[in-house]
Amino acid sequence: MSLGVRLRYRFPSVQMDIAFEVPTPGVTVLFGPSGSGKSTIIAAAAGLLRPDECRIAVDDTLLADTASGVWLPPERRRVGLVFQDARLFPHMSVATNLRFGWRRAPQGPVRFDEVVELLGIGQLMTRRPHTLSGGERQRVAIGRALLAQPHLLLMDEPLASLDTARKAEIMPYLTRLKTALRLPILYVTHSLEEVAQLADSLVLIEGGQVIGSGPLSEIAARVDLPLAQRDDAGALLLCRVVEHDVVRQLSLLEGGGAAFWVPLLDAPLGAERRLRIPAREVILAGKAPDAISVHNIVPGEVRRIASDTTRRSVLVEIALARGALVSRVTSDAVTRLALSPGEPVLALIKSTSIEVLEN
Amino acid sequence: MLARYRFPGRPILNALVHLPLVLPPVVTGWLLLIIFGVRGPIGALLNEWFGVRLVFTTAGAAVACAVMTFPVMVRAVRLSLETADPGLEQAARTLGAGRLDRLFNVTLPLASPGILVGAIVAYATCLGEFGAVITFAANIPGQTQTLPLAIYAALQVPGGESKAAELSLVSLTLALIGLLLSEWIGRRLNVMLGR
Repeated sequence: MSLGVRLRYRFPSVQMDIAFEVPTPGVTVLFGPSGSGKSTIIAAAAGLLRPDECRIAVDDTLLADTASGVWLPPERRRVGLVFQDARLFPHMSVATNLRFGWRRAPQGPVRFDEVVELLGIGQLMTRRPHTLSGGERQRVAIGRALLAQPHLLLMDEPLASLDTARKAEIMPYLTRLKTALRLPILYVTHSLEEVAQLADSLVLIEGGQVIGSGPLSEIAARVDLPLAQRDDAGALLLCRVVEHDVVRQLSLLEGGGAAFWVPLLDAPLGAERRLRIPAREVILAGKAPDAISVHNIVPGEVRRIASDTTRRSVLVEIALARGALVSRVTSDAVTRLALSPGEPVLALIKSTSIEVLEN
Repeated sequence: MLARYRFPGRPILNALVHLPLVLPPVVTGWLLLIIFGVRGPIGALLNEWFGVRLVFTTAGAAVACAVMTFPVMVRAVRLSLETADPGLEQAARTLGAGRLDRLFNVTLPLASPGILVGAIVAYATCLGEFGAVITFAANIPGQTQTLPLAIYAALQVPGGESKAAELSLVSLTLALIGLLLSEWIGRRLNVMLGR
C-alpha cells in the first residue's frame, strides 16, 4: 500500500512541482528549508488549498485528482491535521475538543480510551485549552485529529512552537503513537532530530521540487543530497538487538547488513532501535588495524565521494549490504587511502559514538 | 455576510445598513412612516394580510428602535466575526464539520461576547430613542412613549421639572447599568474563552 502525492502549483515567485510515492503505514517526513513548499503540500492534502493540478491517493482512497475532477472538501476527506499552533477550540473543554471529530466521524479502528491513554491526557479532560501547557495542548490536538478516524494524519511542524524541554516531553508519545496506530503520517519539520526519531521515509524538498525521496536509511546517507552536507550529518540505520554481553557491558545490534556493538542497552532481544552514526565519528581505513579500542570495524564499499567546500572536508558514502554509512574526512585522507567509488574500505566506529534511539 | 464575503453591491448594502447611524433620526422615522405607513408599500401589505398596523403602536415603536440600533448590532457582530480566528474554522473543517455545523458550533460561540455586548448596548440605546419613534410611532403614554419622550412631555407641562428629573435619573441609571453590564459580561465571556 502506498501514499502518492503529485501536485503543481504556481506561486508568484516559485513554481511548485511535486511528486512522490511512499509506502504506508509509516511516517513520511517532508524535510526542507522554510518556504520550500512543505506546508503547501500539507494544505493540499488536507483540502484547504487547491493547487492547479493535483492527485493525492492514500492506499485505495482517492482524495483528489484534478484530471478526473475529484476534489473532496476537507470536511469529507477524513484527513487529520495537527497544526503548529494546536488550534484547540477555546470555548470547549479538552474532552469536548477530543470528541469534536469523533462524534462527526463514522465508527473506525481508533478507540477513544486507547488514544487518551497513548497520549497521557486522561487527567486533562475537564480543563480548558488556555489552562494547558504548550506540550499538553499539542498532545490534545494530536488526540483530537486521531479520533476523527483519519485515513491519513498530517502534522505541520507540530513541535516547532515548543521549547526543547516540551519537545522532549512529546517525542516519546509520538514514537509510541507511530507504532501503536498503523496509520500513514505526513510530517513536516526542519529539525534533523525529529527526522532521526520518527521518519520511516524521507522526502527532501527545495524550491518547490522534490530533490530526493526514499527510505530514511538511504536518503540520510546520500552525500549528493543536502542532508549529508550539514554539520550534524550522519547515517541512520534501523537495527534489532541481537545479543547482550553482560561481562563486556556491550550490546550487539544488527541492521543495514552489518552489526554494531554499543554500550550495554536496557532492551529485550529482538527490540527495534534506530542507530545514528554521525559522519564526523566514522574513521576510514584501508586494512584492519590491530590493538585498537574501536569495537566496530565494518567492511563496505565506497559508493560516492562529495566535497564539502564550506568545511574543507570530503564526505564519503560507504555502501553496506543494505544501507549506507557516511564519513567526513579530509581530501588528503582520500588521496592517501586512494579512495574511489567501487573500492573496498573499512569504517571504524567507536561504540560510544553511536547514538541509540527508540523506534 | 458583510464580514466574510466579497460580493457585488456589498458597499451599497453596507451603506444602507449604516444609514440610520448618520441620518437625522427624524428622517429615519419619516422614511419608516412612508414605507410602513398604512398606505406605504410594505405597511399596506402588512395591514391587508395580517391586519398588523405599525404606525402609532407599540410594535411600531419597537420597529423604529430596531432600525435605529441595527447598525450598532451589525458593527458588533461584524467586529466579533472578524476577530474570530479563521484557523479554528479550518481545524473544524478537517475534523468533518460542514458549513452550518461550523457556524453554530465554532464561529458563533467564539463571536458571542461581542454579539452579546452589542445587544446590551443596543438595548440601552433603544430606551433612549427619540426622533425616529416620535415621528413614526408618535408619543402615546404607556404605548409608544420612550423615556426621553416622557421627559420631554413632562418638561412641556408647568411644574413638571421634578418628574423630568426623576425620569432623567432613571434614564441615567439604566444607561450606566447597561454599559457596566455589557463590559462585565464581555470580560467574563472572554475569560471563559481564555483571552
